[in-house]
Amino acid sequence: MLLEAKNISFRYNERTPWILQNVNISIEKGERVGLVGPSGYGKSTLLKLMAGYLKPASGEILLDGQSLPEKGVCPVQLIYQHPEKAINPRWKMKKVLQESGMFREEVMEALGIEKEWLGRYPRELSGGELQRFCVARSLFAGTHFLLADEMSTMLDVITQAQIWGLMMKEVEERHLGLLMVTHNHALADQVCDRIIDLRSQNLK
Amino acid sequence: MESKNAENTGKKAGILRINRRTGTIITFIIIAAVLVSIYLAGIFINEEMIRADFSQKGLKPSWEHPFGTDMLGRDMLLRTIKGMSTSIIVGTVASSVSAVIALFVGVVAATGSAGLDHFINWLIDLVMGIPHTVLLILIAFACGKGLKGVLIGVAVTHWTGLARLIRSEVLQIRSQQYIEVSRKLGYDSRWITVNHILPHMIPQFLIGLILMFPHAIMHESSLTFLGFGLSPEQPAVGIILSESMKYLSTGMWWLAFFPGLTLAVIVLLFDRLGENLKKLVDPYSAHE
Repeated sequence: MLLEAKNISFRYNERTPWILQNVNISIEKGERVGLVGPSGYGKSTLLKLMAGYLKPASGEILLDGQSLPEKGVCPVQLIYQHPEKAINPRWKMKKVLQESGMFREEVMEALGIEKEWLGRYPRELSGGELQRFCVARSLFAGTHFLLADEMSTMLDVITQAQIWGLMMKEVEERHLGLLMVTHNHALADQVCDRIIDLRSQNLK
Repeated sequence: MESKNAENTGKKAGILRINRRTGTIITFIIIAAVLVSIYLAGIFINEEMIRADFSQKGLKPSWEHPFGTDMLGRDMLLRTIKGMSTSIIVGTVASSVSAVIALFVGVVAATGSAGLDHFINWLIDLVMGIPHTVLLILIAFACGKGLKGVLIGVAVTHWTGLARLIRSEVLQIRSQQYIEVSRKLGYDSRWITVNHILPHMIPQFLIGLILMFPHAIMHESSLTFLGFGLSPEQPAVGIILSESMKYLSTGMWWLAFFPGLTLAVIVLLFDRLGENLKKLVDPYSAHE
């Protein structure tokens, strides 16, 4: 499987400047790609475009030569930077996992989710604990590509290492494509096969 | 040392030291109990007890008749309670219907197409733009007056404010990341509305419902007072008040004073009930 961004340009409306212009990226399934660049260069925007959360102004996002499905389960899943915003505060954690059908022993074990957490509300868990749920939620059977938007930036180094360890294991076992945004070059070097610098892509 | 002293005086200040939350809960329960007991008292007062008795007509307030008696010799206290009981039923039914309409309309406006949203906003502006009492009288009259007319009239005119509030809340919730995630997990908007959005609307719905009671009761009374509401043989505060108008000039002030005061107290109690519930369900609003 191949996820491609072909010549995409994006701006929020006609009066604002371009955020991305003629960007080309492609990821093969099983490949781990890092996306780096200074703040405000459109890294997160590019990820949102590739996951189908935003529509590009021109160009197209293709999955195996076809555009992303509008409805139904999306094979490209985005993991947000702030897990506390990406989980319904009125749901217990068990329901969060059930929503994507990931309320399974082996998933919880693989991501180090403790049984006790399942009966709690999101505000009763720490950021690192919540991010594990977000990762678990995205790893359901239909997922082929994971897009991680600075998903460990707000965590301490130990939790970062733990989450990435679990993430790498899952990605490797299930042969997923990974596109991660980070400001941390050392992390990108450690995790990725290939690193794309948005500076070289974006400037015209 | 100083802080210890302060703590000691604090403890001495009141044997029943309760925090604000407990206080709010207690107030809430007391108000609810008062309102329920008035409703129940109204049920147990039968026609026999407010029968006309001309030997007792036009008495001033006394221990035997705290609210006095009217020109037919009926005890005004019993009549007032019976009337308030009717008002509470009307208020409950009308505002429940109204709140359900508001919830439905608000959610549909926020989740439906842009055209539908425009239409609903236009409708809300329209209903809000017509003077309230005029609209109420028109609808109540068109629906054949009586209990049915009042219920329909009050129910279909009170949903606008709450609907607008719920619409904006839903719009805000809908832009949250977990809604987008849910959509990417393959759920349709109906599933998302029921599972993600509606649970967030419960506080607004309950508070809006209770704060609608006082309006509903007031409007029921005013409709009845003006002669477009409940029929004269039904015991209602509006009827009592409009009857008393005839005797006010002869100096029988108690016929209007006590029922009017009771109506105002009940309305205020409902308002307090809603405000207290709001503080309990949404603690941030306590600091507004």
